[in-house]
Amino acid sequence: MTTFSRTDTSVMGRWWWTVDRWSLAAVVALMAFGTMLALASSPAVAERLGIDSLYFVKRHLVFLPVAAAVIVATSLMTPLQIRRLALVAFAGCLVGLGATLWFGVEINGARRWLSLAGLSIQVTEFAKPTFAVVTAWLFAEKLRDAKFPGYSLAVISFALLVGLTISQPDMGQTAVIGAVWMTQFFLAGLPMWLVVGLIVLGLAGLAGSYMTMSHVASRIDRFIDPATGDTYQIERSIEAFSNGGLFGQGPGEGTVKNVLPDAHADFVFAVAGEELGLILTLVIVILFAFIVLRGLVRTMGENNLFVLLAVSGLLVQFGLQTLINMASSLQLIPTKGMTLPFISYGGSSLLAIALGIGMVLALTRRRSGQAEGS
Amino acid sequence: MTERISFESAQKKALDTARTRLLVGGALMAAAFLVIGVRLVDVTLFGESGPSRLTSARNIAVETQMDRADIVDRNGVLLATSLTTASLYGNPRKIFDPQAAARALVSVLPELSEAEVAGQLSSDREFVWLSRNLTPRQHYEVNRLGIPGFDFRHEQRRVYPLGRLTAHIVGFSSIDNDGLAGIEKSFDAALSERRKPVMLSIDVRVQQILRRELAAQIEKFRAIGGSGIVLDVRTGEIVSLVSLPDFDPNEVGNVPDEARFNRSTLGTYELGSVFKIFNHAIALETGAANLASRYDARKPIRVARFRITDFHPENRWLTVPEIFTYSSNIGSAKIALDIGSAAQRKFLSDLGLLRRSSVELPERARPIYPATWREINTMTIAYGHGIAVSPLHAATAVAAVVNGGILYPATLIRRSEVPADGKRVISAQTSENMRKLLRMAVENGTGRNANAPGYLVGGKTGTAEKQVDGRYKRNALISSFIGVFPMNAPRYVVMVHLDEPKGIKESYGYATAGWTAAPVVGRVISLIAPLFGIAPVDESAAEIRRALTVNVTAPRARGRGIATN
Repeated sequence: MTTFSRTDTSVMGRWWWTVDRWSLAAVVALMAFGTMLALASSPAVAERLGIDSLYFVKRHLVFLPVAAAVIVATSLMTPLQIRRLALVAFAGCLVGLGATLWFGVEINGARRWLSLAGLSIQVTEFAKPTFAVVTAWLFAEKLRDAKFPGYSLAVISFALLVGLTISQPDMGQTAVIGAVWMTQFFLAGLPMWLVVGLIVLGLAGLAGSYMTMSHVASRIDRFIDPATGDTYQIERSIEAFSNGGLFGQGPGEGTVKNVLPDAHADFVFAVAGEELGLILTLVIVILFAFIVLRGLVRTMGENNLFVLLAVSGLLVQFGLQTLINMASSLQLIPTKGMTLPFISYGGSSLLAIALGIGMVLALTRRRSGQAEGS
Repeated sequence: MTERISFESAQKKALDTARTRLLVGGALMAAAFLVIGVRLVDVTLFGESGPSRLTSARNIAVETQMDRADIVDRNGVLLATSLTTASLYGNPRKIFDPQAAARALVSVLPELSEAEVAGQLSSDREFVWLSRNLTPRQHYEVNRLGIPGFDFRHEQRRVYPLGRLTAHIVGFSSIDNDGLAGIEKSFDAALSERRKPVMLSIDVRVQQILRRELAAQIEKFRAIGGSGIVLDVRTGEIVSLVSLPDFDPNEVGNVPDEARFNRSTLGTYELGSVFKIFNHAIALETGAANLASRYDARKPIRVARFRITDFHPENRWLTVPEIFTYSSNIGSAKIALDIGSAAQRKFLSDLGLLRRSSVELPERARPIYPATWREINTMTIAYGHGIAVSPLHAATAVAAVVNGGILYPATLIRRSEVPADGKRVISAQTSENMRKLLRMAVENGTGRNANAPGYLVGGKTGTAEKQVDGRYKRNALISSFIGVFPMNAPRYVVMVHLDEPKGIKESYGYATAGWTAAPVVGRVISLIAPLFGIAPVDESAAEIRRALTVNVTAPRARGRGIATN
């Protein structure tokens, strides 16, 4: 990597000296793990699907530099630019989600993909980080200017987004969006009685989806009592971890990828457990925890409420997605289709995560004075 | 200005709230990552998920994967074991040329149909069974074809290396490894839970000899079946248990019920004069008669519509030993009258002849005997009619009569020492007298053909007409012989019965026990005694003669003494 002199005042020079280089290093390390696991796990999946065995590898290697570019480009922005970018992108996402409902490709009974100029895009992935920033702005603005209708706008935009994701339907993403939004609301000083109320409401939402959606009910039933259905995937996943042991079977030497349909995406963590072993898998967990916790600790010293709320929202979303994916693979929660950031294959999710992390890096850069520039 | 201050303080307050609350959020996140890390270590190092998640469904899956324990004979010879076999399946998606693959496969597995295999391999599925439970050679041959798309799954298969030899003892289990008969059924739980083999009391060498000799005799006398038992009188261990016809437990698909029927433990038969052993033992034990007592056997007994006759009437007064040796029904019935119904019933019960055997097989018979025990029943039971027991019942009770008077429950499980669960049923003195009587019956009486020179065989014949539809059939006999050796210090009871043997020229047309069952016992004893390290003795030695001769002045036996009823 090019080194920048302390006195280098070019755009990249200033960026290098102000960005959180530790988090950046952790992200780079995760991308390296992701590349290794994509090489190891996706050919088996591709062969099963009857396509070119290196199909996913090639696509991953195309997306990876793009993702890196997105991270750097986004992190160069000022908080104001981030806010504007998020607003525009979020508006675009709402339009895209609406379009998905009309023109989307139906896969396994859900419309989640929008085909745009030859690219399949999962709009929800991009809605998650941009919405977190938009929410942060609405709450911060409300606290800055009591006349600003921040709460109403926050509730309206939330209802709009959740309405669209439920219609797909995509309960996993809806749950993450809801949890992040509530966390931000909580941080923004939501009265405690409302906090309790919203938690109850969230649980009721879960119960409701259990009652009304048969595929959700079946997944939860199988988790509570595996005898009620096919638990083949999760059993293979658990087996993979114990098969891996301390040091793993070695990259490419695992077997779980041959039997799990989503070995390159939702169950990539099991592949990691089997091929890299406990120690390296723990390193991956620590890298994720490092990014999230370091980011949260750093924002505590933040004096700008918008930045604090936005970074927290983005990091909670990033962490929640990570936790849900890992907990699914480890049979701590019912299986939930959720990608593991930077590790799982998936163009939309990789770019969206890159966008989110890019925004985190931008907002946590050291600034002199109020950099919001208002 | 105040506005500015209040604004700043509001901002500051909001920031403070956010920071405090962020601490909560951060702590939750950290805790969640910690849980993931702990769970990762737990799953990796301690395998399957915690027991709370383990359900019955998964337990079954784990169990079927575990090997079922072996069953071995008393010397460790394998009788039943579980083999991991390879089963062949095809993945049609990986097979480029189904026709060529099918042709190649049929060349090494000729029992498959080429057209059928080609059809299966042309399907759009990912998994088709082609052949289950291949032999290692077949497994190797299929692998050697080197065709991708042929693969194997490992399955557990129960194998009985000795096949028919111990079929009625070991039984068999289903393809899912559930015990369905024999030891496989009665020890089902133990076999599926533990890895240590179940060691039986059976000695396959003795089993082989008994089965071979019995089968030869069944064929010779065109009997419809038969059974054989060798029982250790000192422990109750069953060393051999044969029932013919039998079946191959490796191929239980089309076995007729007749072959699955265990005659030695599940069949009940009126064993005829064999019961005189018990009648005499009870008489001597209760004092109803002694060895010098005499009974009038000149005329048949008439009771109501029954007539009790002797097969070979002596038409004179007979002593108690003579009644036994010549197998007199008249004399036995009169002895029974002296014993009385109550005492007879009590002793038969003590000998275990009125209840289901405790042997470790699911196939155990309950004896059949009169509900109301009248005088006529007492008289017929004296010579083994009007009561039906399994051959194992009789052998177990005879062991108690000769071993000094202790009844040991018959067992198929090897015992390491003399069991403590023996129960005294008759005195040592009575037992000694019975040994002498049994020896006499072989030396001079109806059991001559059971003699195995040097092994001091004692025993009793029993020929009974079979009851068919409530009537006795004259030409359908149950011919049995219970032998004991060596008579001076009994070690084993050898019992054989043949079902419906037909007379042949060599036996002068007789199908009675002395001609059919007794010779099998004699041959078996002379063959198995060396296996037990029992050396032949000089039977005419004064010491032995003194020990085994009944001490009463009885007239010398006359006549040919062939088998009588």
